[in-house]
Amino acid sequence: MTDWTRQHGHLIAQAIRAGETTASAVIEAHLLAIARRNAELGAYTEVSTERARAKAAAVDAARARGEALPPLAGVPFAVKNLYDIAGIRTLAGSKINRDHAPARTDATLITRMEAAGAVLLGALNMGEYAYDFTGRNAHDGHSRNPHDRTRMTGGSSGGSGAAAAGGLAAITLGSDTNGSIRVPASLCGLFGLKPTYGSLSRARTFPFVASLDHLGPLARSVRDLALAYDAMSGPDSDDPVCRKDQPAPVVPQIATGLAGLRIGVADGYFQRMGTPEAFEAVDRLAKHLDAKVPVTLAEAHRARAAAFIITMVEGGALHIDRLRSRAGDFDLEVRDRLFAGAMLPGQFYVQAQKFRRWFQSETLKIFDHVDAFLAPATPSTAPLVDQATFTLDGQELPVRANLGIFTQPISFIGLPVVTVPLLATNGLPIGVQVIAAPGREEVALRIAASLEADGMTHCKIGQD
Amino acid sequence: MVEPFDPHAYAEMMAKALELPLHEANHDEVARNLALAFRLAPLFLEFPLHDEAEPAPVFNALEART
Repeated sequence: MTDWTRQHGHLIAQAIRAGETTASAVIEAHLLAIARRNAELGAYTEVSTERARAKAAAVDAARARGEALPPLAGVPFAVKNLYDIAGIRTLAGSKINRDHAPARTDATLITRMEAAGAVLLGALNMGEYAYDFTGRNAHDGHSRNPHDRTRMTGGSSGGSGAAAAGGLAAITLGSDTNGSIRVPASLCGLFGLKPTYGSLSRARTFPFVASLDHLGPLARSVRDLALAYDAMSGPDSDDPVCRKDQPAPVVPQIATGLAGLRIGVADGYFQRMGTPEAFEAVDRLAKHLDAKVPVTLAEAHRARAAAFIITMVEGGALHIDRLRSRAGDFDLEVRDRLFAGAMLPGQFYVQAQKFRRWFQSETLKIFDHVDAFLAPATPSTAPLVDQATFTLDGQELPVRANLGIFTQPISFIGLPVVTVPLLATNGLPIGVQVIAAPGREEVALRIAASLEADGMTHCKIGQD
Repeated sequence: MVEPFDPHAYAEMMAKALELPLHEANHDEVARNLALAFRLAPLFLEFPLHDEAEPAPVFNALEART
């Protein structure tokens, strides 16, 4: 008998379409798995049981009427708790937002996933106000890595990593400001898509850094990422940053192979400050892809610094009233960075945004020579949940601020990235970033799909 | 001669100006984060850019919602 909690989303939809199972059976299997395992994984903060059952029943009824089912019919998904879910408080990982009224309307991306047939299971744990790379949370408990529960999931989309890698949802949605989809995807052994900045609507999600906030999916297969992306993409007047045109679907393009693609490997900044596991993973994929062209992102260390400052300043400005009135209710690991951010001079911010424009124009020249390039996703495999520091290039550094050193310069200029999961030489998952030109999600997805088809990726559900 | 940057004094001054509740419990950590920011910022502040360099986010009046 098939365990639907271990199945890819597209295969679940296919089985429902073929009458091999029902959406209701799939959802009940997931609700049971959540009841059994959520306490130890810290994935969900709220399970929308009745809504999920009603939606699953509607999918089954549509099939019984002979209607053509949409591509994600009956596929269980869940969202980071900064997405608005009608009737539920949007926590954004905080204690303070528990005093807010429940959301009245769903986030645009939830509406679009449901329009494609997917079934919402609930809201997922996250680092407070998304200012986090660890998946730790003082209010709801820490997310735990399904592959080793003594280890962190990565964050801030920690629950999104735990749920997808723990078999508690086929697809999860997260957000990524500096790496918050790609870090948990790497540490939990998942495929993750951080699309081009502005490509998916952020309407009705709790913001962090408007200049850098992206939303996107995590899943256990490339096809699931692509199906979710196609379901969610398109213009939305409720998000002024969102693209104004409807992009071509990526699903028909992902299995077209690597013909004609020039793939490079990031050097310099991306070859320092990591553990051997991170670099070996990149080397393994580069060798398989015959990717030999070195790609240099000039001044990447300055880009990381500028992203760091923009994050501090916009985060501090967003939360300054809450810092004044409710400082004691913040997670201590987050609060004092926001305090400092609120105090920084305007010159830092403006110059960081000017540098961002320069860095973008320089980096885009890379795509005259390659269509995509590889880089590590995280400097190491998952640290222990309570581990405060790790050693990179002989320096002892804080884990919290440095898990995103390889993701930050990329999201700084909004390039699309697919994180591809491998099994590292130490037996834990680790990801490699496949980075493409703006608006070329299909290129990164094609490369990821080719690696998946060749058996070069490793994406398993964590042990029970 | 310019005095070296003192993140503790800066934190106290800014907390007062911005009416932020800086206490003994968070003073050191706020100062540590300020010191980090002031150490990182020169990486892009010292990078030569023209006066005309446009910041990345550009407000577009024509695309404003009605």
